[in-house]
This record gives sequence, C-alpha cells and structure tokens, in this order.
Amino acid sequence: MNVPLLKVDDMRIALKGDGASFDAVENVSFEIGRGEAFGLVGESGCGKSITALAVMGLLRRPLSLAGGRIVLDGQEIQDASPAEMRRLRGKRIAMIFQEPMTALNPLSPVGRQIAEMFVLHEGASWNEAMDRAEEALRQVRVPSPERRIKDYPHQLSGGMRQRVMIAIALACGPDLLIADEPTTALDVTVQAEIIDLMAELCAAKGTAILMISHDLGLVANMCRRVAVMYAGRIVESQVAGAIFATPRHPYTQGLVDSLPRLGERSRRGRQRLREISGVVPSIAAYPPGCRFNPRCPAVTEICRSTPPDSTSLPADGFVRCHHHG
Amino acid sequence: MAEPLLKLDQLAVHFTVGSALKGGVKTLKAVDGVSFDVKPGECLGLVGESGCGKSTLALAIMGLIPPTHGRIALNGHELSGRERMATARTVQMVFQDPYASLNPRQTVRRTLVDPLRLHGVTDRTEVDQRVMDMMAKVGLRPDHADRYPHEFSGGQRQRIGIARALILKPKLVICDEPVSALDVSIRAQIINLLLDLKDEMGLAYIMISHDLGVVEHVSDRVAVMYLGRIVEQGGWQEIFEDPRHPYTRALIAAIPDPFDLVAASATAKARGEIASALNPPPGCHFNPRCPMKADRCVSEVPALEAVAAGHRAACHFRDRVS
Repeated sequence: MNVPLLKVDDMRIALKGDGASFDAVENVSFEIGRGEAFGLVGESGCGKSITALAVMGLLRRPLSLAGGRIVLDGQEIQDASPAEMRRLRGKRIAMIFQEPMTALNPLSPVGRQIAEMFVLHEGASWNEAMDRAEEALRQVRVPSPERRIKDYPHQLSGGMRQRVMIAIALACGPDLLIADEPTTALDVTVQAEIIDLMAELCAAKGTAILMISHDLGLVANMCRRVAVMYAGRIVESQVAGAIFATPRHPYTQGLVDSLPRLGERSRRGRQRLREISGVVPSIAAYPPGCRFNPRCPAVTEICRSTPPDSTSLPADGFVRCHHHG
Repeated sequence: MAEPLLKLDQLAVHFTVGSALKGGVKTLKAVDGVSFDVKPGECLGLVGESGCGKSTLALAIMGLIPPTHGRIALNGHELSGRERMATARTVQMVFQDPYASLNPRQTVRRTLVDPLRLHGVTDRTEVDQRVMDMMAKVGLRPDHADRYPHEFSGGQRQRIGIARALILKPKLVICDEPVSALDVSIRAQIINLLLDLKDEMGLAYIMISHDLGVVEHVSDRVAVMYLGRIVEQGGWQEIFEDPRHPYTRALIAAIPDPFDLVAASATAKARGEIASALNPPPGCHFNPRCPMKADRCVSEVPALEAVAAGHRAACHFRDRVS
C-alpha cells in the first residue's frame, strides 16, 4: 500500500490537573488514505474531538500529547514547532467546527476571513485574494456572493455560516479536512445539504476527510471506513457498511440496536428498544480492563482485569474485545 | 369516539418585535392558526425544525404564553389563562435540557415535594409515599432523594425531570426534545421509560422532536410544522409511508439511513434554508425550497385538506405522489 496521507500511531493524550494525570485518549491508531473519507464516532467525552485537535496541533493545557506519532504524508508532525504547524494548518490540514458562529471572527466580514487564507498561505495580494474569496463563496453555493463577501457572520444564517467555514477550510486546497460535528448545530434539512456539499467539493479536489460525529448513521453514509471510540480508546474499526451489518464490539452492537430507525416500525412493528445499561464512565474513574465492561452484556472475568488487544478484521478493520463474535 | 383531552382551534401566537423608532414594528407569527386534538392516552408527534413554532405552541398549551387568538380547550373546558393551577394538574412538561431545567439548589425530594404542597397535598406520609413511588417508577433509588442535580448523570437528571412532570398525575405530558441533549447510548433508556409510563399511567403525550426515528417509534399520530403552520398531519403510518407534503418528504429524505447507503433521491430533498418567520414567503411558506413549486404556490395559501380519512396535507399538489 502507498504511504497513507495521515497515520496516527499509538497516540496518547494526557489530561493533567490538581496533581493528577489521566489518559484522556490512549492507544489510538488509524490511517487515512489520500482522498479517503474516514469517520470517527463516539459519545461526548470519548476523546474524538481532542484526537482531532491533536492532529491539528491545537492541544492546549490541561491537555497534552503524551505519546505516539502523527505522520502527515510521511512527515512526523507531533513534535513540529508552532511556526511549522501554523504553516501546515489551513494549507495542508484544515478544520471545520460544530458551531460556526463561535469559530468565525464576529468583527470581520466573511470575505476578508476567506481572503486571509490566500494572503497568509499563498502570498496573494488583498485585491486578488478578495476576488478569489468571492469565487470560493460561489463554490460553496452562497447566493449572490458579490454582496455576501461584505457581510459579517451575524448577518448570515447558521447554514450560510457553515458554508463560509467550508470555504475557508477548503480555500487553499488542503490534503485533509477535519470536520468536527459540522452539522450538529444545524437543522436536518440543512444538514443534508451541507454534507452533500462537503462531500462533493472534497471529492472534486481530492481532499481526504476526517469526519467526527456522534451520529453513526450520518458518518456511515459519508465515509468509507468508520472507527468507533469509547472512553478514550478505539473499540472497533470497519468498512462503513459492515459496521452496521456486522458490528463486532458489544458497544457498537448496542449503539446500532438502541436507536429507533426510520422505517423500522413499518417493517417489524414497535419493538422495545435495546438499552445499553449504565452510564459513560468519567475520565477520572475509567474501569480497569476493557472500559466498557461495567455496561457490557457479555462481560467475563478477563474483561475486568485485562484491556483487550486488537483483533484484525477484513479490509484493515479491527475490534478490541475479548469475546468478539 | 372519545372526547379529546386537548383541542386546539385556530390557535395563533404572535409577537411584536422591533420598535416604532427603529425600522418599525413587525409581527412575528410564531404559531399561525394551528388546530389539532389529542385524545386520552394518545401520543401525538410534533415534528419541525428550529424556529417552526413548536416550542411556542407547547408553552401556549401550558398556559405560559397567552394566545393571540384561537382557543385551547382541556377536557372540554376552554383555557382562560386564569386557571394556571388547574391546568398544571392536567398538563405537564418535560424539557430538553436536564441540566438547565432543574434547580441546582434543590434536592430531588424538594423538587418533587414542592408541586405536591402547592397543589394541596399536605399530609406528610402521603407526600413521602408519593415521592418514593414516583422515584421508583422512573428508576431512581430511594437514597437518591436527598441528592442534588449535579450528583447525577444526564440520563438520571432526565428521570428526575420526568418524575417532576408526573408527580401531580397529569393527563397530558408535553415532551420537548426529551432525549436530544442526552448521550446516544442513554437515549433508549429514556424512550423506553416514557413508553412504559404512558401505558402504566394512561398518559397522553405531545412528543416534540426533530428526530424522525424517535417520532416514528413513539407516536400514534404525527403533525408536521413549518413556519408556524401545520403542513401535514395523520397517523404515523400515513406520514412515514405515504407523506403528501413535499416538506415531510424532504425531512424524511434528509435522514441518513445507515442500512441503505444509496443516497436519498435528490428530488425529495429541500433546497436552501428556512425563511425567517418575520418575513415568511407569500402563499405556501415552503415554496422557495419546494421541488414541486408552481405559480399557484406563491399566490395562494394551501389549506390543510383531507388526503384520506384522518390524513391531511396543506399542499396544492397533495394528490400528486412523487
């Protein structure tokens, strides 16, 4: 296989505070090929967002990278200097956040915020950059871009703001776009449009996507491969279709079974939803062994003492469970 | 046929915004002529995106916002706004955010006792008994009674919110996005609990949600709202299997189906974004986004008319199945 675009190898992120240190993320490894869409799914607090921030080199105290390698296109970037990371960010890796209102500068017209990318990363003049910003807005299908480039973020709707974010992120044609819950703050019909737009533009430019979401359905539709995170570890990674058809980890199985699916009631009548018992553990109290063991229906003695190793599945997939079926 | 528990007749809630000095006064029609009824023991799903007026509608039914015109009748009695206490014994609400909707300085016991006292249950043993019974019903342990909200997880807090809503034994509970603030792995617990309690206590629900999977799972009937108006209503099967309003179809098409990785047909999807409720498009509010738009849709407001028994849609082309 060729060199993957992004390789995260045995990454560990530490959370330090009050004299204690916890592993917020540990043993996280995954690869994303050129132009590939890869999904990272998990509940709040599972470590998916800080994994993305680590790749961007944006971890700040009390979080820090405590181990592992992050390799972008053959080059290790986990120890890169802030100046080197600034050159990479925006140019080769870009990120879209959940809430576009807080990610955009409220005091700057959106056209200027897009144009800044061309000025900073490509040495364009402001005049040229503003023309290209207008073109970028047209590409993300903002109506009448010639007027919109002068608008401030508060003058735009949530969906339009997220389009502006996409325009900024894709301005310099990055190799990798990280999208952290890009549509969670949007309405469902607008979400569908934004996802289509993102997928289409990335496909056209050959940009790879790291899509982060709590919505398994959304990710499975958009991505080729999906990894599921629970309590700081990846518990399973499979091709998108397989993760629903044959989930191997009890947590993934629980997630797939516990959601009421559209059309299910018509097909099979109302079935009682399968519950996952218990709650997500807090980071200060991760259980020993497999971290899902207090909630797992198939738990045995070994699960309580020994963290499971990963077992390979077809197509670069794996599962971390002592009793994977 | 059973007497409806709740009957809304052309209910409207308008707000005036702006000032005469700055650009003039405008009317925001948050709820614009909504009629439906809810029978005892029935679950009505209310679907719509943010800004469509579903939460304003809920507050009006609760008696917390006076309607601009139209009528709300509970058990055949028209609500006048003066009988807040009587309304509260019949209608209660479960809120979306279990973090914001509980008083952080009140123990669970206090949260549950206060409504009882306020409504005249003063006998101490009876109060204690009802609190303990209710806690057991929603799956909280007796020793949870003297704890504060911050000691609980999101799912448990939502159980407290449900207990508070049910302690007065209401007939109708309005659930406003009851699971969307919860972790995905917790949602099934709360949905199952709500359905169990409905059977056990003979409750009627108005289930407000933008999650169509949840609505289909729990509802007997469904109403779809868009910019203050009901655009379609009917039995859950009709709405999900034979939707007649293009907006309903767009909502359904927007849900990614993990088992069918073929993208939904582009024709069903809505274009653009929801218009501002301050300045809704003329005619059918959905017309700028509608794939079936015709001239008539701009000039004429479609009425909510029958497609089949119990199934109505407000679309000029409701008989044209796409």
